[in-house]
Amino acid sequence: MTHAGHGHAIDPDWKLPSRGRVGMFSLILAAYVYYIGKSTYGPQPRQVLELPILNTIFLLSSSVTIMMAERALVKRAMAAFSAWWGLTIVLGAIFLLGTAQEWRKLITKDGLTISTNLFGTTYYSLVGLHASHVIVGLIMLTAVLIFALTGALKPEHTEKVEVLALYWHFVDAVWVVVFTVVYVIGR
Amino acid sequence: MAEGSIPVPGGLGGATDVVRPEDQESTWLEVLHSWVVTVDHKKLGVMYVLFALFFLVVGGIEALIIRIQLFFPDNHFVSAETFNRVFTMHGTTMIFFVAMPLVFGFGNYLLPLMLGVRDMAFPRLNAFSFWMSAFGGLLLYYSFIGGVGLQGAGSAPDVGWWAYSPLTSRAFSRGHSTDYWALSLIVSGFGSIGAAVNFIATAFCMRCKGMTLFRMPLLVWLYVVTAGLVILAVSPLTAAQVMLTIDRYLGGHFFDTQAGGSAVVWAHFFWIFGHPEVYVLVLPAFAIMNEVIPVFSRKAIFGYPAMVAASVGIGFVSLGVWAHHMFTIGMTSISNAFFVLSTMLVGIPTGIKIFNWIATMWGGKIRYRTPMLFAVGFLVQFLIAGLTGIILSVAPFNWQLHNSYFVIAHFHYVIVGGILFAIFAGIYYWFPKVTGRMLDERLGKWHFWLFVVGFHVCFDVMHVPGILGMPRSIYTYEADRGWTTLNQIVSVGAAIQGIAIAILVYNIVHSCLKGRIAGPDPWDAWTLEWTTPSPPPPYNFATEPVVTSRRPLWDLKHPNDPDEPLEEG
Repeated sequence: MTHAGHGHAIDPDWKLPSRGRVGMFSLILAAYVYYIGKSTYGPQPRQVLELPILNTIFLLSSSVTIMMAERALVKRAMAAFSAWWGLTIVLGAIFLLGTAQEWRKLITKDGLTISTNLFGTTYYSLVGLHASHVIVGLIMLTAVLIFALTGALKPEHTEKVEVLALYWHFVDAVWVVVFTVVYVIGR
Repeated sequence: MAEGSIPVPGGLGGATDVVRPEDQESTWLEVLHSWVVTVDHKKLGVMYVLFALFFLVVGGIEALIIRIQLFFPDNHFVSAETFNRVFTMHGTTMIFFVAMPLVFGFGNYLLPLMLGVRDMAFPRLNAFSFWMSAFGGLLLYYSFIGGVGLQGAGSAPDVGWWAYSPLTSRAFSRGHSTDYWALSLIVSGFGSIGAAVNFIATAFCMRCKGMTLFRMPLLVWLYVVTAGLVILAVSPLTAAQVMLTIDRYLGGHFFDTQAGGSAVVWAHFFWIFGHPEVYVLVLPAFAIMNEVIPVFSRKAIFGYPAMVAASVGIGFVSLGVWAHHMFTIGMTSISNAFFVLSTMLVGIPTGIKIFNWIATMWGGKIRYRTPMLFAVGFLVQFLIAGLTGIILSVAPFNWQLHNSYFVIAHFHYVIVGGILFAIFAGIYYWFPKVTGRMLDERLGKWHFWLFVVGFHVCFDVMHVPGILGMPRSIYTYEADRGWTTLNQIVSVGAAIQGIAIAILVYNIVHSCLKGRIAGPDPWDAWTLEWTTPSPPPPYNFATEPVVTSRRPLWDLKHPNDPDEPLEEG
């Protein structure tokens, strides 16, 4: 229950920073929800948005693969860990690519940018905030993969890897909310 | 009270890593370097407080400029534009770069010492948080030279500390002054969130042996609630500033009414941060009261569990009261009624606290040293501030007085009469621990009495022009309004407070160099920080203390009459 005070990082509480992110996401989400249908001109969601079903499947399944990686890590099956972990990165990258393609279509074909209208402002802010978290996650995941492949990932790092996985689950969970709000309710 | 007579838990003799000051001959450059790169919670705490005191003087000078301008009707001491900048900077500075760093400074310094550990949970995050806050302050003040490129000096933000839309839109706020305002709050906001995470992790994961949650000093409990509020309140502020920046730089339309955006949404977002922020500041003030009042009344705090419950209660309720800042914005009757009731609800836990403090003093052997004088001042003034708060929470009454000087007087009563008095009590109480020397008691009494007189002359009277209809944020007024004499009295009160602050600054400098040597426990107190030498060594405790009650130092001093060991709560 109590720890002697030598300034060691106590990992479970790294959950707290993501709680701060929850505060940020919820406000931009609130803005999105409030502004649904209030855009006075320019493209509307139902005219330009398509359901990113495939993309969503890719991202959500990465939650499963990262869980498999964690299990392998606990058993110290490092090859399996690297494989599952690498697959997670690939799935995350595909998701990001999908978002990029969606944005390219919106910008070049539909002429919707962040300054076009209120919908553009809220859409790019919300989806962009999520995508930026995916990017940060991918960078951290890649770093861990490099550590694993070079053999620098030691048993004492298990807890830190688990906290990182927790962040990844958080990013996925936020996507579920963003998907529901932007593509289901908002369309 | 005797010097060096307090038994240090475990004894220092056996420690191998004892650092003696005389071992460390160093040049001033090395000293400076050691402060810049430090991750020691005590040094960071001291830097937070010094940073805040510097900005207290800066923000105070801005307040005096406001008061000089309002001394005469139709005055032209400063122009209308400058006046707008000065009150914007005064508000932003005092909240974000005085009150917040003071709060974090006390927390940083005291939490590990009170919990009997060697540092915060995340020392490097701690240093990062401080430098982010400090950098935010510099960024805000850089706007004076950088606001319109390098040509237009004196171009600080002029949109008010609430920065209501559409004042902040590109059309009405040209140049970059508003951007500096937004960026400095984003940057210091990250610092605040980091510090808050650290407080919670420290309280929950870094306690010495026997320090159960319900044996923690009440100060630590209050900081846990404060930190929770910081995380929940500051991150929306960051989000709102990001949206504002998107509007200003990327041509977004969040707060652009012509494109379907809404200025009211900004007001909501700002006050979703802004009201919990008041509690972020006032809960640490309560925290200091919880330590000072028992020690100077020679009694254990009355109603510890009720105090914890009330603190958590205030934390929860304060998240649902923000729109009482917006009664005149035109909400539905149902929302008005909701926010009236939720605001009044805060009075209950706050009342519990006031009664518990009075019950602690009741029948105690009260010693009126300077910290206790400020504590008593806090009790009286915070009660009055709370009462005008209840008055303002009634929506129809609020429609009459909103944006008048009555509101200004009310919240200065909270922030100066409540929070600042508590902070002063804390400074006089813990200064001996931090520096090893006592603050001068005679100068302290001068500071207290001048400040208390100046405060009441200034802010008691300030309610009246508000009732007579004087709106806030106006740079001057006509002579036939009948506000002249009142404004002059208020300005005189402000000047008296300025003199008192000058005495405090002199006292701090003077006592740092020549003050009476304090010894480890000058106040005959009961919490763990007083078991360490003054100033505490870098490692705080040579060996981990073991506690069996809420007053470990009482138990050490009175081995035959220890506090009842508490059941695990």
